[in-house]
Amino acid sequence: MVEILLDATVRAGTPILFATLGAILNERAGIINLGIEGLMLIGALAGFAGTFYSGSSLIGILAAFAVTFVVGSIHALITVQLRGNQIVSGLALTMFGIGVTALFGREMVGQTIGGLERLPIPGLSQLPIVGRAFFQQDLLIYTSFALVFLLWFFLYRTRTGLALRTVGENPAAADTCGISVSLYRFLAVTTGAGLVGIGGAYLSLAMTPMWIENMSAGRGWIAVALVIFSGWSSGKAMFGAYLFGGITAMQLRFQAIGTDISTHILQMLPYVFTILVLVVSTIRLQKGSSQQPQGLGLPYDREDRK
Amino acid sequence: MKKTMVMALVVLLCGFAGHALAQNKQIKAGFIYVGPVGDAGYTFAHDQGRQEMEKLPFTEPSTYIESVPGGAEAERVINGLVRRNHNLIFTTSFGHMDPTINVAARNKEVVFMHASGYKTAENVGTYFGRMYEPRYLSGMIAGKMTNKNIIGYVAAFPIPEVIRGINAFTLGVRSVNPDAQVRVVWTQTWFDPGVERDAADSLLDVGADVLAMHQDTPATLQAAEARGAYVIGYNSDNRRFAPNAFLTAPIWNWAPLYTYVAEAVHSGTWVSEQFWWGMDKDLVRLASLSDRIPTDVKILVNQRAEEIKAGTFHPFSGPIKNRDGQKVIDAGQTMSDPDLLSMNFFVEGVQGTLSN
Repeated sequence: MVEILLDATVRAGTPILFATLGAILNERAGIINLGIEGLMLIGALAGFAGTFYSGSSLIGILAAFAVTFVVGSIHALITVQLRGNQIVSGLALTMFGIGVTALFGREMVGQTIGGLERLPIPGLSQLPIVGRAFFQQDLLIYTSFALVFLLWFFLYRTRTGLALRTVGENPAAADTCGISVSLYRFLAVTTGAGLVGIGGAYLSLAMTPMWIENMSAGRGWIAVALVIFSGWSSGKAMFGAYLFGGITAMQLRFQAIGTDISTHILQMLPYVFTILVLVVSTIRLQKGSSQQPQGLGLPYDREDRK
Repeated sequence: MKKTMVMALVVLLCGFAGHALAQNKQIKAGFIYVGPVGDAGYTFAHDQGRQEMEKLPFTEPSTYIESVPGGAEAERVINGLVRRNHNLIFTTSFGHMDPTINVAARNKEVVFMHASGYKTAENVGTYFGRMYEPRYLSGMIAGKMTNKNIIGYVAAFPIPEVIRGINAFTLGVRSVNPDAQVRVVWTQTWFDPGVERDAADSLLDVGADVLAMHQDTPATLQAAEARGAYVIGYNSDNRRFAPNAFLTAPIWNWAPLYTYVAEAVHSGTWVSEQFWWGMDKDLVRLASLSDRIPTDVKILVNQRAEEIKAGTFHPFSGPIKNRDGQKVIDAGQTMSDPDLLSMNFFVEGVQGTLSN
């Protein structure tokens, strides 16, 4: 039972995890992205269509990354190059994503593809309890494990990562060091968008291999909240994504077994947790010990004086 | 780039407006959908009905507006249709009820039909289908096809419509297999493929070998297919998502009603009524049965279907006990329509919570 629950937790958490990691990359460079929900949908459709036309899930995943990378550049162009309002641009991106996928997805409705298959890792997959959840998964889940580590490594153990964080914390300082603020921000936004797109593709390729309009069903907004929850750290993002996935999986299984715990209480838990985290992070912000990048949400213009 | 987005929006809007080009005929119908036509489910079925209605000679091309939530937004959208000279407007979700009534009060010359609600007016009628009839039949099939006597039911919200479906299904199951139980998992969402899939998996994990569902996406079908179980669909015939697992599905067929109403408005005979049509009028039906169902079961189900159509059998005829074993309907009695419409108990054989 625990094995199955863990397995369901990881699968339910993965799309949110990809989206959160993408959003962290955005925000570490100082750009808020509220277009996550729209980007997930675009990724889901691109991933599905890519797989449908090519017959290969791998091409579908690459298509999801490529298309959302390009769409993300709209947000980058508006917020980095044109220094537009990040909130408005992000919200527009979400609405754009919902509309554009509905329009171009019509031909994909009702089509079927073979979903992503599980690839058990010999030996490890037989481990008790954790074997099934962590070593009998599909390609994208393994990728997400690697990505959590890689993002941390990139941000804290590489020079480029340090530069990126500086751009997010204090773009003026980065600029005086000769770091191109717009280039870093642009690439962080587009690459982050690509990761969000892969999260969307997980929905349409692995979780439920089909295309349905609006199939992300609000997961993008959970990712937006999880970025704050995680304190902009990839490890805590993983914990948060699995917490959300796990509580859903758990309450469904409690019902299936036939326990009499109210489903409403269980479904409230992740949100209660989110509120708590928001309270804590706000207090930390006031004390000056928050993890939030100091330059978050502020357009950078070399000519501006602080 | 902003310009590009504005252009894209304009193109989208033109797409909608294209439907509204007038050709000077008599019925100009508008449809308000709660979901996208691409949901492969509830809204898709309504749109099939709309297209059939449009084939009538006296109709102008109809308009439909997708993904309209209840509340103020719905009122604005319905008003828009009235302003664009629609004279027959169908609103298809419970949440559209008050907006429909509000707009109707100001536009007496327009006929409104609202699905699944209970409020009417001089120019507002209601309509829905007795989905419990084909649900009962699909339950008979599930009861015959289960080996483990555990049948899973993925359900959206504990409201009378869904509860009625679960109960009818369970009565059907128990009519052929008194040992089987129906386990219910609530997803608390109409539309979230991921959660629906997970709910279906959780039922398969506890040993269910046949699944049924009251949701708007085919996620449950995929879960059954992936695990080699059987599945009963819902809304529309979605067997392509589960070619091996699919047994049948209670489905909507809105065309007869949409055609009937359009004809009545056209000929001036329309009056406000509350339609609750069943299998006799072919508003609800069972999708064609899978070849995996043995012939004797098919015959049994078809016989019952004929009895339902002829009015000689009612799924909610007594004796019926509730989940605690208390008798709720005596032998020889049949539940009244008001009782059916406000149902809030589980019949014997259902396992699940009804949190009130």
